[in-house]
Amino acid sequence: MDKPVNNRAWFLVLPVLALVAFSAILPLMTVVNYSLQDTFGNNQFFWAGLEWFEEVIHSDRIRAALGRQIIFSATILAIEIPLGIFIALNMPKKGVWASFCLVVMALPLLIPWNVVGTIWQVFGRVDIGLLGYTLTKLGVSYNYVNDPVAAWITIIVMDVWHWTSLVALLCYAGLQSIPDAYYQAARIDQASRWKVFRYIELPKMQGVLLIAVLLRFMDSFMIYTEPFVLTGGGPGNATTFLSIDLVKMAVGQFDLGPAAAFSLIYFLVILLISFVFYTVMTKEGEAL
Amino acid sequence: MAAVAESKGRGSALVMAVYLLFLMLPIYWLLNMSLKTNREILGVFSLWPQNPTLDNYRTILTDPSWYMGYVNSLTYVVMNTAISITVALPAAYAFSRYRFLGDKHLFFWLLTNRMAPAAVFALPFFQLYSSIGLFDTHIAVALAHCLFNVPLAVWILEGFMSGVPREIDETAYIDGYSFPRFFVRIFMPLIASGIGVAAFFCFMFSWVELLLSRTLTSVNAKPIAATMTRTVSASGLDWGVLAAAGILTIIPGALVIWFVRNYIAKGFALGRV
Repeated sequence: MDKPVNNRAWFLVLPVLALVAFSAILPLMTVVNYSLQDTFGNNQFFWAGLEWFEEVIHSDRIRAALGRQIIFSATILAIEIPLGIFIALNMPKKGVWASFCLVVMALPLLIPWNVVGTIWQVFGRVDIGLLGYTLTKLGVSYNYVNDPVAAWITIIVMDVWHWTSLVALLCYAGLQSIPDAYYQAARIDQASRWKVFRYIELPKMQGVLLIAVLLRFMDSFMIYTEPFVLTGGGPGNATTFLSIDLVKMAVGQFDLGPAAAFSLIYFLVILLISFVFYTVMTKEGEAL
Repeated sequence: MAAVAESKGRGSALVMAVYLLFLMLPIYWLLNMSLKTNREILGVFSLWPQNPTLDNYRTILTDPSWYMGYVNSLTYVVMNTAISITVALPAAYAFSRYRFLGDKHLFFWLLTNRMAPAAVFALPFFQLYSSIGLFDTHIAVALAHCLFNVPLAVWILEGFMSGVPREIDETAYIDGYSFPRFFVRIFMPLIASGIGVAAFFCFMFSWVELLLSRTLTSVNAKPIAATMTRTVSASGLDWGVLAAAGILTIIPGALVIWFVRNYIAKGFALGRV
């Protein structure tokens, strides 16, 4: 950490600053503006103070969506992180087979999100989908359209299908950076498989794992398109996550004030949790 | 020990085979459907098409209202990638080489934009771009996607640049290179793989995003992902065409993965391995 101090470096950052300011600060100001005012739709605005914020905080509907969102994010982190590590440990280290695995694993990550929703919508259908049809033939009652439990399971399996590869690829990159000498030393010491994992592989993966947790947390907390296509937030409100609720409010019902207040609170929650992650990450970086 | 290692090898192959099968099955099912007629999809349940037909693909590739969706998507994705990389390169250099007033705060502020839910920005973006007359243009979507792609590109490029020893910069300056000439002639070739990976990620996130691109367009710049909702008509869903359109959206992604396959793992780690 002996970078020279040079304030002229600001000039290099200026283009990024201008661009992101244009696409972040201006829209955010609009949101703040709406969150504090009321309108009757004729472009006349009245000061509403913190009214909308109170409404949002006390809204049962939004609290329920937040609860579902937290359960969802926690569940997929609990599944995808260990599974991703497990897959990474089993990936071939080099050769054609390794390239093949990488390409196939990256494929779900490059499918447009609504197509991911469509794929699983089709796959899970009891009449024409392989999954739904097979389960029904096996005597399992499965219908993600009517049954909230089935809808939840389908969304979670879809997310695991979609994003576990990201965690696996990150961990794989971490594992690739371990020199062979470490493994040789472990073999000489007759270390067990578990000890190799616990004392060599896991510490080396720490950095990338934090990135994986951070990315998966943020993206799962903002999930919109896939469940929207798959279930539309239903059955009932069973899979209405925060973003779905917000878009319904802002675009569907045009409740600008509450939607704006909701947006700000939503953003601040993500910001707060991400700040904690980021602080931990940079602390780790300095310790290494 | 040798026996343990061997059984682990076979176990690993099995784990990977099961996992890859799990990844491929839903995609295979879509491919299978795209090669069937609607009557066959709804009529008989079969693991592969009985009478394979390319009619669904023909429908898409001969109808401008369909294939223009791909052209629109690719246009704004390429624009976005070009803009993001161009502005991110100097900024990443600044972050990787110098300390300056507020650098850490600035870096975190950039990252917060990657963390902003697109749903929060949908409505304000719509109003902003409408008011400056950019609604339903490719550049509007390209600029909107910069919100999350520029921070990501800075993040990745900074990681790759920090891997290049600073002595190289210093030697070049002593040899009389000006900063722009050094940057383009010497530095950019050194981090070429990093630029490739950053471009790949910009491409990827712009390609898969739908919420913003759908909100900011109506006809002229409508992305393929939004066009797909068209298959819902009065006579029910046109499953075959929907499946074919889905398969066609996977192809550009598969092509770019092939080009960066050797760097992809490092790229996902944001150059920080």
